[in-house]
Amino acid sequence: MMTHSSLRFASAAIATSVLALGLAACGGTTKDSPATSAAPAQSSAAAPAKADPNAPVKQGLKLAFLPKQINNPYETIVDDAGIEATKEFAGTAKEVGPSDASASSQISYINTLTQQGQDAILIAANDANAVCGPLKQAMAKGIKVVAYDSDAAKDCRNLFINQASSEEVGRSQVKLLADMIGHKGDIAILSATANATNQNTWIGFMKDELTKPEYKDMKLVKVAYGDDDDQKSFQQTQGLLQAYPDLKGIISPTTVGISAGARYISGSKYKGKVVLTGLGTPNQMKQFVKDGTVQKFALWNPKDLGYLAAYAAAALSSGQITGTEGETFKAGKLGEKTIGKDGEVILGPPFTFEASNIDQFDF
Amino acid sequence: MTAVTADATPGGRSARGLVELVFRARELSLVAALAVLVLVTTAVNPNFLSGQGVKDIFLNTSILALLAVGQSLVVITRNIDLSVGSVVGLVAFCTGKFVSADPTGRGVLTALVFGVAIGAVCGLLNGLLVSFCRVPALVVTLGTLYVIQGLDHYIAHGQQINAVDLPPALLHLGNEGVLGVPYLPVITVVVMLAVGYYLRSYPSGRDFYAIGSSPEAARLAGVPVRRRVLAAYLFSGALAGLGGVLWLARFGTVVADPARGWELIVVSAVVVGGVAIVGGVGTVYGAVLGALLLTTIGSALVVLKVNSFWQQALTGALLLLAITVDRVLAVRVTRLLRKRSVRHGA
Repeated sequence: MMTHSSLRFASAAIATSVLALGLAACGGTTKDSPATSAAPAQSSAAAPAKADPNAPVKQGLKLAFLPKQINNPYETIVDDAGIEATKEFAGTAKEVGPSDASASSQISYINTLTQQGQDAILIAANDANAVCGPLKQAMAKGIKVVAYDSDAAKDCRNLFINQASSEEVGRSQVKLLADMIGHKGDIAILSATANATNQNTWIGFMKDELTKPEYKDMKLVKVAYGDDDDQKSFQQTQGLLQAYPDLKGIISPTTVGISAGARYISGSKYKGKVVLTGLGTPNQMKQFVKDGTVQKFALWNPKDLGYLAAYAAAALSSGQITGTEGETFKAGKLGEKTIGKDGEVILGPPFTFEASNIDQFDF
Repeated sequence: MTAVTADATPGGRSARGLVELVFRARELSLVAALAVLVLVTTAVNPNFLSGQGVKDIFLNTSILALLAVGQSLVVITRNIDLSVGSVVGLVAFCTGKFVSADPTGRGVLTALVFGVAIGAVCGLLNGLLVSFCRVPALVVTLGTLYVIQGLDHYIAHGQQINAVDLPPALLHLGNEGVLGVPYLPVITVVVMLAVGYYLRSYPSGRDFYAIGSSPEAARLAGVPVRRRVLAAYLFSGALAGLGGVLWLARFGTVVADPARGWELIVVSAVVVGGVAIVGGVGTVYGAVLGALLLTTIGSALVVLKVNSFWQQALTGALLLLAITVDRVLAVRVTRLLRKRSVRHGA
């Protein structure tokens, strides 16, 4: 039999190794693309200051995707598509990132990427200002910075790839719901947290859309916040349906909210009586579209977002564009894209998923 | 305190009765608070107590109550298990991954066995570190909270479990039932009654209270302290595993770390339910009532159209109230008992 002290030692050793494993899991991981080109990357510091739309795409560009956090399913889809797109122009790309989405967690990654001399950094900023200093240093060294999904402050990046204009998202959600409930009845919104910027911008446009005469018979009775938490979103949905018995429709412009709402409604007496729509991913909503809880919902295609971001970074690094308004570049299968105000490139209108097309998507 | 067991003198018996009465009173006051809350909410909105409304409340409470049962066993032994939230997350994700790989061949039973096994392994790890290595429970389970969360992130790595990939039977477990009574609350009630009966009526069950009242005295009295503490953690882990499977069944969609931060809600439910954080006192019935109260507050505030920011503030206030009442009661009871033993000329 083991003596007490040796037992204690053994357990402590086990504990330490388990801890080490956990720490390794917590640390940021690097996912290299199995891409082809091994061409030595040249620093793009010599990139011309003037845009030359006819410049060829440079060979062997090195791109780095820096998502908000590496465990976010949505960001994984975006980045994988971007890494895939990089192969189309014979570049290499990788994804690095923190395991938590806190404001300062991306800074050390930016500094490392700068030292490595990447051609471009593509970032979904956790905090528009916290990443600003390091990004400016990177730009000073000739590295192009493209923000996607979540913007950094305007002067700290060359371009922002916007998944869809906020205005279009907000207004199209109201249209989608209005068509399903016949432009009539009480409606509610199930949002994420009360201070989420993108949510509030969309909700602002939804409210504005509702003031138009064609929606005069629709009334927004409540904006509820489920905090992107399953249990809370369940309770908020239950509360909305209890507190407003005449509720005809709910818009949930957040992936957690819409799936929790759909899950609750599918197992309750409200199924078929209340229309739920919003922003969700096809895989997550397939079950509820098939069982009839949800008819239609929308989202942009996250794969196209990553694809466009990669092409935009390549166009910048090759000197085809500099990031000024009005310039255009070719984004592979997505065709020609134009840079708008404040260096924004908009992916396109949100896509509507329904029973007839949902099986064609897998993300 | 409640572990006054071997005292057979009349004075001792009535003292025990008195102590029990005081703590029964705790459960009664919880029921009363719950009744007031439900009545007020129903007066404002009758739908709150409709068939669907009641079903919702019980479904919302089930998983939290299950975790509270496991946690109270640990807290009664003067320990704590902060890793339960992470275990629920790990189990929900891994079980989802496991059954969605073969949704036709792997059914509800396989999922339950798989999930409870993972939970039990986590509980065993906690238990070994706390009982045999004598590391303070707070530190150990805080460590395993992060370790398990990290492991979960590592395994999940940006993936997501979708309802469509799960076996329909598992999804039915989450929101259907027999004769209109949903499965989840039934599972919780059965577990609660079994554990409650064991703690009340088995000598080994009483050991948990003895350990919590005074670990040193329990050891001297021949109670196998380490084995009981290990058992408490093992059980808490296994219940967290069960909770994880039920989480998967109820919500259907699972990302990397569901139930993040739930460990503190569970501890709150247990303390509000009258299980003393210093151990030795409390019942699983109280803990389940605590869970029911906290969940009902959350639902009621939504129906009453009160800003949900208030929910956390209210939970905090309830906790402070519970701890204050505990302290006052403890002082009163000690004084009463002392007086009695003097009168009986002990």
